[in-house]
Amino acid sequence: MGHRISVTINGTVHEAEVESRLLLVHFLREVLGLTGTHIGCDTTNCGACTVLLQGRAVKSCTVLAVQADGREVMTVEGLARNGQLHPVQEGFFEKHGLQCGFCTPGMMMSAYALLQQNPNPSEGEIRWGISGNLCRCTGYVNIVEAVKYAAEKMRATPAAAELERS
Amino acid sequence: MIPDRFEYVAPSSVAEAVGLLQRYGAEAKVLAGGHSLIPLMKLRLASPRYLVDINRIRGLAQLQEDDGTLGVGALTRHADLETSELIRSRYPLLADAARVIADPLVRNMGTLAGSLAHADPAGDWGAAMLAVRAQVVATGPRRDRTIPIDEFFVDTFTTTLGPDEIVSEIRVPKPSPRSGGAYLKVERKVGDFAIAAVGTYVVLDEKGACRQVGIGLCNVGATSLRAKRAEETLRGRVPDEKAIADAARAASEECDPASDLRGPAEYKRDLVRVLIGRALRRAVQRAKGGA
Amino acid sequence: MVISHALGARIKRREDPRLITGRAIYVDDLNFAGMVHVAIVRSPHAHATIRSIDTTAARRAPGVVAVWTGEDVKARCGPLPVGPRIKEMKAPKRFPLVIDGVVRHVGDPVAAVVATTMDAARDASDLVEVDYEPLPSVQDPEAALEPGAPILHQDLGTNVCFRMTYGGGNVEEAFAGADVVVKTRIVQQRLIPAAMETRGVVAQYKGGELTVWTSTQIPHVVKTTLAETVRLPEHEIHVIAPEVGGGFGSKLDVYGEEGLVAALALALGRPVKWIESRRENFIATIHGRGQIDYVELAAHHDGTVAGLRVRAIADLGAYSQLLTPGVPTNTGLMCCGCYRIPNAHAEVIGVFTNRTPTDAYRGAGRPEATFLIERAMDLLAAELKMDPVEVRRKNFIPPAAFPYKTPTGAVYDSGNYERALDKALERADYRALRDEQAKLRKQGRYLGIGIATYVEITGLGAVAGLSGGNWESATVRVEPTGKVTVLTGTSPHGQGEETTFAQIVSDRLGVPVEDVVVLHGDTRAVPHGVGTFGSRTTPVGGSAVYVAAEKVKDKAVQIAAHLLEAAPADISTDGARFTVRGSPERSVEFKDVARMAYKAYKLPAGMEPGLDVTHFFVPKERVFPFGTHLCVVEVDPDTGEVTFRRYIAVDDCGNILNPLLVAGQIHGGIVQGLAQAIYEGVTYDDEGQLLTGTFAEYVVPQATDVPAFELDHTVTPSPHNPLGAKGVGEAGTIGATPAVVNAILDALAPFGVKDLQMPITPRRVWEALEGNSASR
Repeated sequence: MGHRISVTINGTVHEAEVESRLLLVHFLREVLGLTGTHIGCDTTNCGACTVLLQGRAVKSCTVLAVQADGREVMTVEGLARNGQLHPVQEGFFEKHGLQCGFCTPGMMMSAYALLQQNPNPSEGEIRWGISGNLCRCTGYVNIVEAVKYAAEKMRATPAAAELERS
Repeated sequence: MIPDRFEYVAPSSVAEAVGLLQRYGAEAKVLAGGHSLIPLMKLRLASPRYLVDINRIRGLAQLQEDDGTLGVGALTRHADLETSELIRSRYPLLADAARVIADPLVRNMGTLAGSLAHADPAGDWGAAMLAVRAQVVATGPRRDRTIPIDEFFVDTFTTTLGPDEIVSEIRVPKPSPRSGGAYLKVERKVGDFAIAAVGTYVVLDEKGACRQVGIGLCNVGATSLRAKRAEETLRGRVPDEKAIADAARAASEECDPASDLRGPAEYKRDLVRVLIGRALRRAVQRAKGGA
Repeated sequence: MVISHALGARIKRREDPRLITGRAIYVDDLNFAGMVHVAIVRSPHAHATIRSIDTTAARRAPGVVAVWTGEDVKARCGPLPVGPRIKEMKAPKRFPLVIDGVVRHVGDPVAAVVATTMDAARDASDLVEVDYEPLPSVQDPEAALEPGAPILHQDLGTNVCFRMTYGGGNVEEAFAGADVVVKTRIVQQRLIPAAMETRGVVAQYKGGELTVWTSTQIPHVVKTTLAETVRLPEHEIHVIAPEVGGGFGSKLDVYGEEGLVAALALALGRPVKWIESRRENFIATIHGRGQIDYVELAAHHDGTVAGLRVRAIADLGAYSQLLTPGVPTNTGLMCCGCYRIPNAHAEVIGVFTNRTPTDAYRGAGRPEATFLIERAMDLLAAELKMDPVEVRRKNFIPPAAFPYKTPTGAVYDSGNYERALDKALERADYRALRDEQAKLRKQGRYLGIGIATYVEITGLGAVAGLSGGNWESATVRVEPTGKVTVLTGTSPHGQGEETTFAQIVSDRLGVPVEDVVVLHGDTRAVPHGVGTFGSRTTPVGGSAVYVAAEKVKDKAVQIAAHLLEAAPADISTDGARFTVRGSPERSVEFKDVARMAYKAYKLPAGMEPGLDVTHFFVPKERVFPFGTHLCVVEVDPDTGEVTFRRYIAVDDCGNILNPLLVAGQIHGGIVQGLAQAIYEGVTYDDEGQLLTGTFAEYVVPQATDVPAFELDHTVTPSPHNPLGAKGVGEAGTIGATPAVVNAILDALAPFGVKDLQMPITPRRVWEALEGNSASR
């Protein structure tokens, strides 16, 4: 049975008719063509599909598209604004926080959510904050460095960075 | 991995939700956090015909103290408990438990109420709630019913909740003076289901003896377990090393673990012994004002 | 070689901008009009005969376009490659779906359902009815060798795929004359490579050309193979490895699904897509390791090793894939490690079992070799009550002995093993660690210090079955405006060669790194190549780029000399400009030389136009990175939990082209090696059902489960390639597993625990201590 839904994604309202069983990740990828969000498992373990739903980082493979009706979603495509990288993206770039890149969008969304809650996380808090995301390439060392970089950068220019990007 | 087809309904009140459950009976499943249910549906190990999404019901996400209890709403997420200052400062057992459940992403969706209703013996909340003597508020077609946690779990994935009832709230007794709790878990990696985990709660009297003891065990039986004999062993005694060791031994004897990939039953029993010892020491320390 | 400003610099990756913005295109991101989707029906049995397959209901299901079984495949597909060819090897043919009516492991593909949506394909796949008659299965490779064991491939008449021996000297005599002999049996558990992107294939036949997008490490090999498998001329096949989300060896194969999806695209005339689910990835993509090693080490009282005897039984799984036998044979070749062992003998037996096939996984035979010798050295140290460091020192191949030929036949190019060991010990403050360990033991706390000194082999590729030998291709093309396009036959998928290869060209030609683009993974764009695996991309592929760039430079100098009316020998260059020595006013810019190379009206006599060189680089020999890993753990004897305290890695991969990327490779490598030591391991039940079939049960570590690492290097350039580079993709994995296991066993030494089976999970520690409870 179809459901008419309206979801705000990266600031843009999208309306669509969807089946009940359609997962949010498939809505993003197949219906809207936002393929930056990846699928890495079937069992809610890997976090490759992480997006923000109402500001909270969630695994979009374990949320139904209909559950997002009327809500706000942010994906990796929403991190950079006006061609300017978000400090989290910059951190991953500067610190070699990625190799194959497949886990990276989800990892960055978790990092983004963590820094919203905790602008000055310790190494342990960073590792804890990204523990829902598997990476098979980096050994996590440089991901931690990337998040530290982003935290510093965001603390240095919080308002300015946001203003410029908006 | 795609779930089988189902019909999705999103009621806007508990009464409406209960009405839907009455109509659809066993063919319906309640969707709260969905982080146990949706994975099962994706693997087609569960294929409900109707999904009753309660996430659009207002007023179910509370986390506050009143009337001598802490009320935890049906839509209060693990992360809400993990980050709550109230929980951190007054409910150390809950705070310990909240941060070892799955991972941060799952904790952003999963709920305490849903976890109890799912009744997986590997769920951390069952053991924690047994230790603190929580009560489950079930809302059904008639008036609300309050189920002591001891009467809630029947078997693996089975509770005393009726097919037309929804867990609308969990009520946890407010901490008494000179009380302390702790939750400890041994896992293969952070966020994994426990090899074994334990929750301990103690209230000391003026002389430092245990006036009240609560001990819950995770993943060492068909359901979350209360370690009754261990509690009795300790009640009324000053929790010195001997008393704690006696309680730990009792708990390891009364649990009923199964051998699986995580380890043989004997190992889990021994882990219960070790963890109870450590968790009781920590709970007592906290009851005496330590961290 | 001169390390310039570009080569050896910490340059950020050119790959990253597309990856961090979500713009990169992986196979699953491709969608074409009219595309149909494939779901594969797989065997639920480890061994069974297929009585019948009824596809009637599936064919009638909504959206279904086709249902194929082995019969359809038989009519349309040739076999897939099985290699490499080892003497007297017996291996069955393999096809995209089972065609002989017997399934041989859980996950063996039986039928394919094609539908207009992936949901419809998934739904209809449940409707394919397969009637199986279960057969007795064999799970354990040693059991598979027993007389009367179920035979997987009746036509072969045996479960033994091959037997190989390596060795030299006189092992019998060495053991007879030795003072001590230590023995161990090691189970190298199976591992699941678990690249974060599962496999996936999209194929489209259009305008007389078959285009196949596949998540692979070897697009060129896939192209050549598909020509035979789908019976199309090779020049009508175009294979693209788009963005690939990790491989670790698991995409170093030509899989049935690549043939199947291509054949379906040809037959249906529509674009066809198959994306592997994670569940399938665990049962239908190769596993790694899977070896049982019997090891005996003979030595004298002073710690000098006299001889080594190894019997390695490799669990190949149900079929030989592209390189399966090439993995355990590496173990035979490399089992002497860093040590001068005059007498060694290794027998390697490859055995079929009713399990998912094994093949190359990060390290591919070298982790097994390093583990067995490094464990044996620790056992010897314990037996002789010597420090593990001293036993190693005593037996190292000295720097003056290189090139050094081991009795098993490997010729090590260069090395200084003691230097790497010393650096690690110094950094760790080894003496202080031993003191701390002694102090903590008195308090009932158990610190363990583990050392592994490894040497490994890279630059592999000289194997039949692949499309050629140990070579790699590169084109360096200077465009008429002076910008540079590099084409490489390697197929990086995270290693970062779009950056390092640009650095090489920048170094050689003097152009800025930003002016160089590196293309790979598209068989229509780049010359035929081999691929990315075995830590070969930089030493072999990078050397091809280096030589091609040198040739470009020579030609550019000749053109410049001609334009400046000077002799080539008199031309100097800083990259941007060519100048006649001693006459700074006589100069020409690089971009003008490039333009003139294509304008071609003023070239030296007889010179071809253009500034575009393709080079096929053939290394003289293989190269041997080495190093020392030192791990410090604390073990909780009550719960069995292991906590990492420190991890120090000193690796020598020859010259370092980009330290940022080298560190990344080592970090990731260590985590995979460490994971084998304590977290990961495939478990099957007696019926051949995979019990660790999801990420919930197969324990891949998260950020919270691993420590940070302290890295350092020594640099011993390889003489075998112009870069002096040795490759670093697998070193971390090879060093880590024995370092961690040695550390845990060092911690448990007071309990008399000598050996533990990997993964050393809390339960295994507890069980070992329980067995020694008298000592507690």
